[in-house]
Amino acid sequence: MSERSGFWAELSRHRLALASVVVLGVLSAACLGAPLLAPYAFDAIDLSSIQQAPSEDHLMGTDDLGRDLFTRVLYGGRVSLLIGVLSAVLATVLGSAVGVVAGFYGRAVDNVLMRMTDVAYAIPTLPLLIVLASYTEATAVSMAVVVGLLSWMTTARVVRGEVLSLKEMAFVEAARSLGASSGRIIWRHLLPNALGPIVVGATLAVGNAIILESSLSFLGLGVQPPTPTWGNMLMDAQATMATKPWLTIFPGLAILLTVLAVNFIGDGLQDALDPSARSSR
Amino acid sequence: MSDQPKGGGSPTATGKTPTATGKTPARPDDIDARSEGSPEPAPPLLEVHDLVKHFPVRRGFLQRQVGAIRAVDGVSFDIHPGETLGLVGESGSGKSTTGRTILRLHEATAGSVRFRGQELTTLDREPLRRERRHMQMIFQDPYASLNPRHTVGTILREPLDVHGVGDPSERRARVHQLLDRVGLDPAWDRRYPHEFSGGQRQRIGIARALATRPAFIVADEPIAALDVSIQAQIVNLLSDLKDELGLTYLFIAHDLSMVRHISDRVAVMYLGRLVELGTRDAVFAQPLHPYTQALMSAIPVPDPKLEAERRPLILQGDIPSPAAPPSGCRFHTRCPFAEARCRTDEPEWRDLGTADAPHLVACHFAEGLSNEHTM
Repeated sequence: MSERSGFWAELSRHRLALASVVVLGVLSAACLGAPLLAPYAFDAIDLSSIQQAPSEDHLMGTDDLGRDLFTRVLYGGRVSLLIGVLSAVLATVLGSAVGVVAGFYGRAVDNVLMRMTDVAYAIPTLPLLIVLASYTEATAVSMAVVVGLLSWMTTARVVRGEVLSLKEMAFVEAARSLGASSGRIIWRHLLPNALGPIVVGATLAVGNAIILESSLSFLGLGVQPPTPTWGNMLMDAQATMATKPWLTIFPGLAILLTVLAVNFIGDGLQDALDPSARSSR
Repeated sequence: MSDQPKGGGSPTATGKTPTATGKTPARPDDIDARSEGSPEPAPPLLEVHDLVKHFPVRRGFLQRQVGAIRAVDGVSFDIHPGETLGLVGESGSGKSTTGRTILRLHEATAGSVRFRGQELTTLDREPLRRERRHMQMIFQDPYASLNPRHTVGTILREPLDVHGVGDPSERRARVHQLLDRVGLDPAWDRRYPHEFSGGQRQRIGIARALATRPAFIVADEPIAALDVSIQAQIVNLLSDLKDELGLTYLFIAHDLSMVRHISDRVAVMYLGRLVELGTRDAVFAQPLHPYTQALMSAIPVPDPKLEAERRPLILQGDIPSPAAPPSGCRFHTRCPFAEARCRTDEPEWRDLGTADAPHLVACHFAEGLSNEHTM
C-alpha cells in the first residue's frame, strides 16, 4: 500500500492542472494589474495608427480606432474573468442547493423544485435580458448575477440525479441508522460524493458565462463600449477576421486559455477530491 | 494484506458445512455452553408485535397508489437480552425489511416495536435519533456501506460525533480501541475504505456499529457478500463480541449453516410472514413447516453415501410476488403437501413445543408431516 497522499500532493502531481493554475494565476494577475502593466489607456484612440498588425509599439496590434489591443485584452479580462468566475460560483451554489434538496427530500419538494427548474430552463434568455437592460445599466457584477441566475439549472438537474442514486447507498442508510441528522447527511455524505459532477458543472459554467457575456455585448446589452470585454472585442472583430486576424486571435486566445485552464483545474480537483483515484495513479 | 483478526477472536472453520444428521456437530465450547442456558426471566429487550410494512406502488402522473408490496405482513417475535435470533428466508421474503422497519429505517405501516420497553414506531424524531445510540445495524455490502470519501477514523468517529460521546481525544482513543477490537491495526485510521479488502471493510462496519456501545444490533446478512474463506472469521468475530459485550443480535441470513452456528433461536420467514419460530436445536433437528424442511434439505450433506440416499425436498418455482400474495397459506403454491384447505384457510400460529421451549409454526398439517427429507 502506497504512502498516504493528500489533497495537495495529488493536485501537484496533476501536471496539467498545476500548469493551468499558473496560467490562470498569471492571466488574472495581469488583468488585475492592467492599470500598471498596460502601455496605453484602454480607450485611447489613435487615428494615425488604426488596424496595425502586431509590432514593438503594439504587441497585439491595434483595432479600427487605433486603440492598443494588448491594453484592451488586459482590461477586457477584468470584466470577462469576473463575470465568468462570479456567475459560475453563483450558478454552482444555487444549482447544487436546489439539486441536493430536491433529490434528498423527494416527493412534493422534488416536484416543486424541478418544475421551477423546468420553468427557469424555458425562460428565453435574450428577451429577458433585453427587458432587464431597459430598466438597469449593465455592470460587470449585475451581468454576472443575471448570467448566474440563468445557468444553474443544468447543475441542479445533474446534482439531483446524483443525490437520488447516492441516497440509496448503504452508507447513507448507515449514517441515518446511527442517528445522523438530515443536515449532516447532506453535508458530510451526499455533497462530498456529488463533488465530481458539481466541479465539472462549475468549470463548464465559467466558459459558458464568458461566451454568453460576449453575445450579450454584441447585442449591445452587455457591458457598454468603450469598456472592453473579451466577448465584445471578439464580436467587433468578426467582420475583419480574414484580413486582420490578430483582432480575432488575441481575445479568442484569451478566452480559450481561460476555459481550457479552468477545465484542467476542474479535472485535477476532481481527482484530488476522490480518495480512490488518488492512490491508483 | 491478510484478513486475520488480531484481536481476541480465534477463527475456526466450524459451522461452514454442518451435518444435518441429527448428531451435534463439533462446535467451539462457548457456543454450546451459551445456548444451553435457559432464557433469563428478564423482560424482552425487543418486542415486535404484528409488524406490517407495505410499500405503496404508485403509477401515473398524479402518483396515485395502485397497490402495495406487502413486504412484511404481520410479524411478531421477542428477543431477550443476550440472545441471538436468526431470521432466515429466501430473497424477497421480507427479512431485511423486517430488520430495517424495526430500526425505523422504514416507517412501519402498522404494528408495534418496543425496544427496552419503549415504543419505537411512534417516537418523535429527536428522541428516536437519541435512541439510535442503543440499536445499531451491520450492513450486507461492505463496499457500499462505508463512505468512500471518509477515512476509517472519520467513519468510526461519526457515531461518537453524532451522539456527542466524549471529547476529541477520548473519541480518538475509542476509534483506536475499536479497530483493535475487530482485529485491525489502529494505525490504519487514516486510510480510506478502498484500501481494504471486503472482510476488513466488514470489520470496519462492525466497529462502527459497536462505537456507541449499543445493546442491540441488527446484522443484515453480514456475511453474504464476503468470500467463503472470510465468512467464518466474521461470524466468529460477531460471536466473540456478543459474549464479551453482552450484545443482542437479530441475525438476518439466508445461509442456514451460519445461522445455526450463531443463533439461539431461529425464525423462518416466507413472503412477509413468519412460518416457524423455535430454539435453534428444535428447528434444525425437527423442522415443522414444509418450507423450513425444504430450506434444510437444500443444505448438502458432506457424506456422499448419505447424500446419495436422502430424498431432498426441492421446491418448484419462485417465491410469488409480495404485491399479490396467495390466499390461505401463502406457501400453498409451492408446498408439496398442500391440500384444499391450504388454499382458503390461513393457518394459525400454533405452539407445538414444550413449556420452556416454545416451537411455533403456521401450518395446518405440521404434526403429520414427516421429516425424512432432511435426514
